[in-house]
Amino acid sequence: MIANYGYKDGSGDYFIAIDTDKCNGCKDCVNACPYEVLAVGPDENDPLSDEEVAFVTESERKKIKYTCAPCKPKTNRPPLPCIAACKLNAISHSW
Amino acid sequence: MTEKVELWRWTESRWTNPNLDWKGKLITSGVDVGSVSSQAVILADGELYAYSNMRTGSDSPDSAMKAINWAMEDTGLKLGDITYTVGTGYGRVNVPFSQRAITEIACHARGGNFMYGPSVRTILDMGGQDCKAIHCDERGKVTNFLMNDKCAAGTGRGMEVFADLLGVSINDVGDLSLDIDEEPQPVSSTCVVYAKTEATGLLREGWPKNKVLAAYCSAMAHRIMTLLERIGIEEDFAITGGIAKNKGVVTRLEKEVGIPIMKTSEYDTQIAGALGAALFAKALVEKGKK
Amino acid sequence: MITMGIDLGAKNIKVVILKDNKIIGKSIVLAGFEVEKSAQQAVDKALKEAGITKDKIEKTVSTGAGDKLAPFYDETKSIVGCDSLGAVFLHPATRSVIDVGAEEGRGMRCDETGKIIDFEVNEKCAAGAGAFTEAMSRALEVKIEEIGPLSLKATEDIPMNAQCTVFAESEVVTMVHNKVSKANMAKAVHDAMASRITSMVRKIGFDKDVVLVGGVANNVGFVYSLNKDLELEVVVPKDPEFVGALGAALAAAGWKGGK
Repeated sequence: MIANYGYKDGSGDYFIAIDTDKCNGCKDCVNACPYEVLAVGPDENDPLSDEEVAFVTESERKKIKYTCAPCKPKTNRPPLPCIAACKLNAISHSW
Repeated sequence: MTEKVELWRWTESRWTNPNLDWKGKLITSGVDVGSVSSQAVILADGELYAYSNMRTGSDSPDSAMKAINWAMEDTGLKLGDITYTVGTGYGRVNVPFSQRAITEIACHARGGNFMYGPSVRTILDMGGQDCKAIHCDERGKVTNFLMNDKCAAGTGRGMEVFADLLGVSINDVGDLSLDIDEEPQPVSSTCVVYAKTEATGLLREGWPKNKVLAAYCSAMAHRIMTLLERIGIEEDFAITGGIAKNKGVVTRLEKEVGIPIMKTSEYDTQIAGALGAALFAKALVEKGKK
Repeated sequence: MITMGIDLGAKNIKVVILKDNKIIGKSIVLAGFEVEKSAQQAVDKALKEAGITKDKIEKTVSTGAGDKLAPFYDETKSIVGCDSLGAVFLHPATRSVIDVGAEEGRGMRCDETGKIIDFEVNEKCAAGAGAFTEAMSRALEVKIEEIGPLSLKATEDIPMNAQCTVFAESEVVTMVHNKVSKANMAKAVHDAMASRITSMVRKIGFDKDVVLVGGVANNVGFVYSLNKDLELEVVVPKDPEFVGALGAALAAAGWKGGK
């Protein structure tokens, strides 16, 4: 499934999408993120499955616009560390 | 002290299946403790036996108990007769008699699949304090989801604030908003607080209540649409949760989406989460997990 | 030279009259639903205080959300530009300005002449503006002027889960029901708002000295929480809600930094 974590408020839409069918729980993204936004664990939205996948931690879900801001400067934006780290192309950002 | 009329109070309800007897069957239950409302659903061998839908109090465990007790009322069931309970919703870890907590996303997909059938692929749940867009397969398994619970715009609380502002009972909002000659411009859809200020201004300009309600329902439909578009809308499309009962929002949403929205008159749309939870409870018993 | 600055904010209209870089008159009037009428009232009040008639005003600049609704103006200027100009005039060491108004929160960085280098606006969300503290004081049943001092009496930190004004109101009502101390809740309200403003400011970064303007700067509880989050002491000028209008009047006079 595609799990979209994040929120929409007056200033825009901020979602990090993780494709749990592609994700194999390798934790490369977790290690690449400088701000502990991501973690790996049982898929809470697929309760009958035992596989571990990546997700955005509960405490970060409503703040990602600000937590992720340092990785997204207005000019000369480099590839995001989490996306670059994932060899299976399982993660994407909506902004 | 005068009793303050609470216009935002929607009708609480309970129901027992008159054609079913629970004795000798596997009894499982699901309890959905939301920030605004709580529901309890009881299944007998996977068939809908009883449910309750009420306002959440200030204490989650207490609300969970009240919900299950009301669902069991006059059925002869006791808590001990229930083999497995799954808790869901905002207060899911606070259901004292539950064996497991499962997210509302997973439960709404399951519950929606039961209520609307295996053809449903897109489920929109407009809860008290959140808005969820879910894609599922024919078994009710989640394939895509997006939830916004940060902002009141597009949620039940937003609608309650408006009903309160206009002095209209929430049950009447839908019908009243459709009782207009011409569809007005929507109010600002991005913030309930500011939409409220806008609406106060419109009332001062002489707008009748129906027109203001129409403007707000239209704004809400538009807001929900932008959220839905993010994951796309695949037929068949169904709505669960409290706002599914609001014709004013549903008809406008149907127009914006451009495809018909599935109707169910059999079940109270607010029980989808608890229903899904009860179905998971049954699946977990059968899987041998405890 | 006599100039006038009119700041038509979402809630209040502020007018400042400057003569040779000294304030000779000012006024603040609730905008209400008839903005043009209230704006005229504000202008008349300020003129009366200055003891002059309208024809003595050589140039007027208007700013704010309702800048084009001013009864008269020669130019409009962005509110962030006016805030920075006004802040640097009052406090020359200003390099960052935070403006928390009734419906918008803004963070700005400027140079020593008050020219804007970068800014970030939090609009369309009541939770980052004065509307939040207003709604919370209603929920706590205290007057808006009292919520600041009340929060300074807090004995412990309570985190606030809700990010939205509407949800926070429900949360507060529940906590009142559970007999949580009002002082502690008042502090939670300010902490929540300060953390949102800080996140916004961190996006563009900030440099000392940081000046706080706008009506909410009058709230001592908010200032306390903001200082903790920014890890420094913000400078709050006298009459912080007039800084925008002051900046507009300065712009009209062609002031460009220095004295």
